[in-house]
Amino acid sequence: MNEAVPLRPSAPGALLVHHERGQREVFCGLAGIVWLHRKIQDAFFLVVGSRTCAHLLQSAAGVMIFAEPRFATAILEERDLAGIADINDELDGVVSRLLERRPDIKLLFLVGSCPSEVIKIDLVRAAYRLNRAHAPRARVVSYSGSGIETTFTEGEDACLAALAPDLPAEPATAAPSLLVVGALADVVEDQFAATFREIGIDARFLPARRADAMPAVGPNTKFILAQPFLAETARALELRGARRISAAYPLGCEGTTLWLKAAADAFDVPAARFDAAVAPGRARAEKSLARYKAQLSGKTIFFFPDSQLEIPLARFLARELDMQPIDVSTPYLHQQLLAEELALLPTETRLNEGSDVDRQLDRCRAARPDLTVCGLGLANPLESEGLATKWAIELLFTPIQGYDQAGDLAELFTRPLTRRSRLEV
Amino acid sequence: MQLTLWTYEGPSHIGAMRVATGMKGLHFVLHAPQGDTYADLLFTMIERRQERPPVTYTTFQARDLGTDTAEIFKTAARDAFERFQPRAMIVGSSCTAELLQDDPGGLARALALPVPVIPVELSAYSKKENWGAAETFYRLTRTLSGVRRERPQRERPLANLLGPTALGFRHRDDVLEITKLLNTLGVDVNVTAPMGATPDELTLLGEADFNVVLYPEIALPAAQYLEKAHGQPYTKTVPIGVGATRDFIAEVRALANLPEGAVLPESKLPWWSRSVDSTYLTGKRVFIFGDGTHVLAAERIAREEMGFDVVGLGTYSREFARDVRECAKRHNIEALITDDYLDVEAAISAAHPDLVLGTQMERHIAKRLRLPCTVISSPAHVQDFPARYAPQMGFEGANVIFDSWVHPLMMGLEEHLLGMFREDSEFHEGASHLGASSAPAPATPQRAVPAAAVSAAPAAAATPLDPQWSDEAARELKKIPFFVRGKARGNTEKYARERGLTTISVGTLYDAKAHYGR
Repeated sequence: MNEAVPLRPSAPGALLVHHERGQREVFCGLAGIVWLHRKIQDAFFLVVGSRTCAHLLQSAAGVMIFAEPRFATAILEERDLAGIADINDELDGVVSRLLERRPDIKLLFLVGSCPSEVIKIDLVRAAYRLNRAHAPRARVVSYSGSGIETTFTEGEDACLAALAPDLPAEPATAAPSLLVVGALADVVEDQFAATFREIGIDARFLPARRADAMPAVGPNTKFILAQPFLAETARALELRGARRISAAYPLGCEGTTLWLKAAADAFDVPAARFDAAVAPGRARAEKSLARYKAQLSGKTIFFFPDSQLEIPLARFLARELDMQPIDVSTPYLHQQLLAEELALLPTETRLNEGSDVDRQLDRCRAARPDLTVCGLGLANPLESEGLATKWAIELLFTPIQGYDQAGDLAELFTRPLTRRSRLEV
Repeated sequence: MQLTLWTYEGPSHIGAMRVATGMKGLHFVLHAPQGDTYADLLFTMIERRQERPPVTYTTFQARDLGTDTAEIFKTAARDAFERFQPRAMIVGSSCTAELLQDDPGGLARALALPVPVIPVELSAYSKKENWGAAETFYRLTRTLSGVRRERPQRERPLANLLGPTALGFRHRDDVLEITKLLNTLGVDVNVTAPMGATPDELTLLGEADFNVVLYPEIALPAAQYLEKAHGQPYTKTVPIGVGATRDFIAEVRALANLPEGAVLPESKLPWWSRSVDSTYLTGKRVFIFGDGTHVLAAERIAREEMGFDVVGLGTYSREFARDVRECAKRHNIEALITDDYLDVEAAISAAHPDLVLGTQMERHIAKRLRLPCTVISSPAHVQDFPARYAPQMGFEGANVIFDSWVHPLMMGLEEHLLGMFREDSEFHEGASHLGASSAPAPATPQRAVPAAAVSAAPAAAATPLDPQWSDEAARELKKIPFFVRGKARGNTEKYARERGLTTISVGTLYDAKAHYGR
């Protein structure tokens, strides 16, 4: 259960990765719907699942559920479990009613859940059938966000990977193009688009904000991941002939620079032009980070597994804010996608893939880190034990990438410590 | 297949979690896929609990499907026992695990743990949260309460308080309030369960003389079992509201053979409600929706204690459909029995209420429809698990209810008045109640603008016809209370314009008043 495998045996300080199995205190991939539906403005996410799935979405979406939500659950009932043929009819009925009521919906995702996967409802076939019934008015695509197959952000990976085969084909004669992959807050996306223009690259983004504006892909497409959890999507894009630009992730000043630089190098942008384009952003990021460095320097930090953002975040906190990541867990470690990040991580960090939450809690209590990054199910219990926590989900909902968010990102880790130092009761 | 966006109740295993989390020394091993641990945060965030819920999830994944999941369950149950050393365990399956062939009860039995292990069948595809809580509590009671014993004659009778759980709407403070009330009446509390009880305490349930059912949704099956197995009668009145609390007291006195005469605390509600300030509450149109218990209680308070008109009544608790339908007949309305919030939203829009009493869901609907609202039932969000003492039951509960129902209405009236006076000089921006600004209020724009407009834009044909106030009429206007002056001025000018009058006299002012009435 707990074997440790060296990650870079040739390096002087070998970085070991521990594999843990046991109880996992994580969200399933359905949670990705909560931010994906905000990003693709004419898409609807229909989960085929149980009352638990609906309850999860409601708990994860909080009050957002009332702002014209574009997701729902088709709850399986006892009679649906009786026979498979019946389920397909029921599903067709639900989808027809839904599309009638929401004529603005252009893209419908059928999202698989644990119950639908276990009883093997064929949503791929259902999507194919419904696609023919509702084309061209709406497109229907399926993917799985079930807990048995996906952890939290992997829901986005499954969603984007399902879109990849149907992206428009870029002509073989097209000029080399850049595709930025991963849902980013609109403000971040706009900043990156502007920076790439300065550099001299016309960047497109997956997912696009509208279903009919999804980017084309082809053998001349070079893509760069904006998020570390997109392994399936990367594979699907490579199947379309696109090539991945390997890079660190755009968190913090250094991460953003490395990320932009990797793209610039892939397009042979002269160093002078690159430096001129990023100089103002870099200067602003450095200035804003300096404010937080004094507060965070030397503090130890412990990451519970959640989103696969843990390693890039630990790298950012260690290198730019002088924190000490002592124990970093990630639900999955895609070594290829994180190669550039792992090279920058301090070697004394304990790295874990997977989870055994009770043992991780034992380690956390023993280490008494200055700050613990964890889910909302663990945060208050750890606070009541006297440990400062930063709840992890906020890192998915808050714009954190790029130069102009570097200070905000640091502030997210500073605030819990500042608060503890202020309170006197 | 049911298309759902919002669910009033979670799945049935959430109900089982509410029982387990409320208790101490009980551990719940739930056969469930990775991801179902989201439910922990309901307890740690909404109820702000300081410990993790005592629940171990097997969190199986796709690669485990097959024979492996049974082994995973056994390992999880054994590890949970060793780590947490509970006095009893419950085991069950969430919706996905129900589809597998594993049998948590049998698997746990095979482990031969040295404590009672109670299997709970949760029927995830037909039942919901409250049912899950009731079933779990019933199973625990049935297994642990033992056999019927002789009860000694006591000077002070003993009662069990049944029904409070974790994540219950105001359960924490209701228990305190009803315990105090019972103590004042001369009754001691034997066991309060599930909330706060240990499995060992459940073995003592049979010692009590009778049971107090606080929340029938959760406690009724257990209370019915205890009546049959231990000969304990139980209370039928839920003490929410002054009238219901009085009836509850009478019922307890009858069950426990208590004499009249204990000096009871009084509620402020009857006097607050009779004081003249409350006159404007008369006939306010109220829409009530929530769980069965709280809806039935709210209907009686609205009718007998606040003087409201009930224009809508409904529940998502199908178990209470008959009672709620019966109750709705009293108001000549059709009860709304649904768990589809779109139906509730449509019913609220159609009823045009002045006040909505409901769940978190109705709070959002009311916000959208710009209606005042108070939360009276689960599901509730974090702000309805307050730090302050805020029971719904008993006499203090009635005080809390009066304040919390009237508050949004007062706010509504205030908002209305502020909107109405927006143009008044007393309310111009920068006006201060402290009188610090000695500068005269700016002339009202509608009077200043035409004067300037006459020279600047002679083409504005309507302007010269605007009626002018005579000095005498202007002085008379100032005698009208400021909060209706703006309306009086507008009405009078409109009246004069329509009749082509160029001058407004005192007579015009009163003619207009008579014309428009109230």
